[in-house]
Amino acid sequence: MGKYLGMEVSFAAAEAVKLCNVDVVAAYPITPQTHIVERLSQFVADGELDAEFVPVESEHSALSLCVGSQAAGARSFTCTSSQGLALMSEIVYIVPALRLPIVMILANRSLSGPLSIWNDHSDVMSVRDCGWIQLFVENGQEVFDHVIIAYKIAENHNVLLPVMINMDGFILSHMFEPIKLMEQEDVDAYLPPYQPKFVLHPDKPVTMGAYAMPALFTEAKKAQEEALLASYPHILQAWKSWEKVSGRSYHPVETFCSEDAETLFITMGSLGETAGEAVRVLRGQGKKVGLLKLRLWRPFPFHDFYKAIGNAQRLIVLDRAVSYGGPGGPVAGEIRSALYNMENRPQVINFVAGLGGREVSVESFLEMFISSVEGKASGYQLFGVRG
Amino acid sequence: MLGTINRSFILPVKGEKQMPKADSEYLWNELQPGCVITEPGTSRAYYTGDWRAFYPVLQKERCIQCGICWIFCPDMAYQKDEKGYFIADLNYCKGCGICARECPADAIHMEKEKEI
Repeated sequence: MGKYLGMEVSFAAAEAVKLCNVDVVAAYPITPQTHIVERLSQFVADGELDAEFVPVESEHSALSLCVGSQAAGARSFTCTSSQGLALMSEIVYIVPALRLPIVMILANRSLSGPLSIWNDHSDVMSVRDCGWIQLFVENGQEVFDHVIIAYKIAENHNVLLPVMINMDGFILSHMFEPIKLMEQEDVDAYLPPYQPKFVLHPDKPVTMGAYAMPALFTEAKKAQEEALLASYPHILQAWKSWEKVSGRSYHPVETFCSEDAETLFITMGSLGETAGEAVRVLRGQGKKVGLLKLRLWRPFPFHDFYKAIGNAQRLIVLDRAVSYGGPGGPVAGEIRSALYNMENRPQVINFVAGLGGREVSVESFLEMFISSVEGKASGYQLFGVRG
Repeated sequence: MLGTINRSFILPVKGEKQMPKADSEYLWNELQPGCVITEPGTSRAYYTGDWRAFYPVLQKERCIQCGICWIFCPDMAYQKDEKGYFIADLNYCKGCGICARECPADAIHMEKEKEI
């Protein structure tokens, strides 16, 4: 078993990628993802990682290259943020359609404009429906663990889908945290070498990415959606076997003080730790408050979600992206839709907070709680906006 | 809108691979993951000739057998026959007319498919 080391979370992510023994890393630098790929580049240059590191000319090329290398049977990794994701978005949609188990870290950053390098979730929400398995992590250890878990899930022949790990830019990527690294042999035992189901090889030619006429396109999309839905038990299985290796357990919806809660905060990503502190404070005041943290965003864990909300009467849903002219933030929109058929469904109060790096503190959550309970907040609002 | 075109000439080539069934008959769970096609050369079994509204007509007396049509054809529909003429296989020709446009001897012209 490994030991705790203090390190920048981006470096921990790179350590995990190295331990996965990837064959190809293709990436273009973009803040706040840069330190991850810089570190990987250093590993390759120093001979610590036997991989092709390709410093491509754009993110569109980064993911395109990974498509090619993964199709040729190489375990491939890329990493981006914000505008980089927007530029590669054409290929983002193609990867799951080709069922290529690429792993990508998205160091979440707001999409321009105004130009911003800071953290929110507008980048990932722009590709919400892209068909990747989408996970959110909360701290450095979760980043490290999920890189390895992601390959385990993705490469399972019952899954064969790409996995996107969302880690908050700066708040996580540039934070120094104690990280428990793993020994190579433990990772090797957990994650066997990549065995592609289909591979581009002249000895046995196959066609990938063929054209589909209208007569076939709907069936292709149905097959793709069924594949994503069918990945769910294998995601749980990958977490379960990781727990045996590492002692750390993960779930589609993480809960904190939720059992008897009347009010539940719902967060994704690093806000979970801050919200947890707020829940501790409120519980100290005798308030029946709890917290749900959505770790698995796609496929959406409906069953776990219903179970976790229990008998709560009020859900305070945190969004970190605006759906302009829509029914509120994208997360709250999903949750309202998930609740629609429930009898006695809870009230949903939606705060869009933490846009473009705006701090969301423990006090912010306390304010949200008070304004929700007092009925001052309802529906959808931008938290803390001036004027 | 185009009228219904005459498809009677769309005949399977002797000895060629046939599609096991039309793409409109496949169920979603019969597709390979990622719609991968596991055999090479299956496009031979997919006749695109019925996409065509115009078909090429070769005047052999003008043809100089240069093969420009064969080189330019984007569907590789042209094949050389035993006398050295390049003939478009109408099972595959989509009727784009590039051969007629490029022919240096003006030996190819396009004619409209007849409506049934």
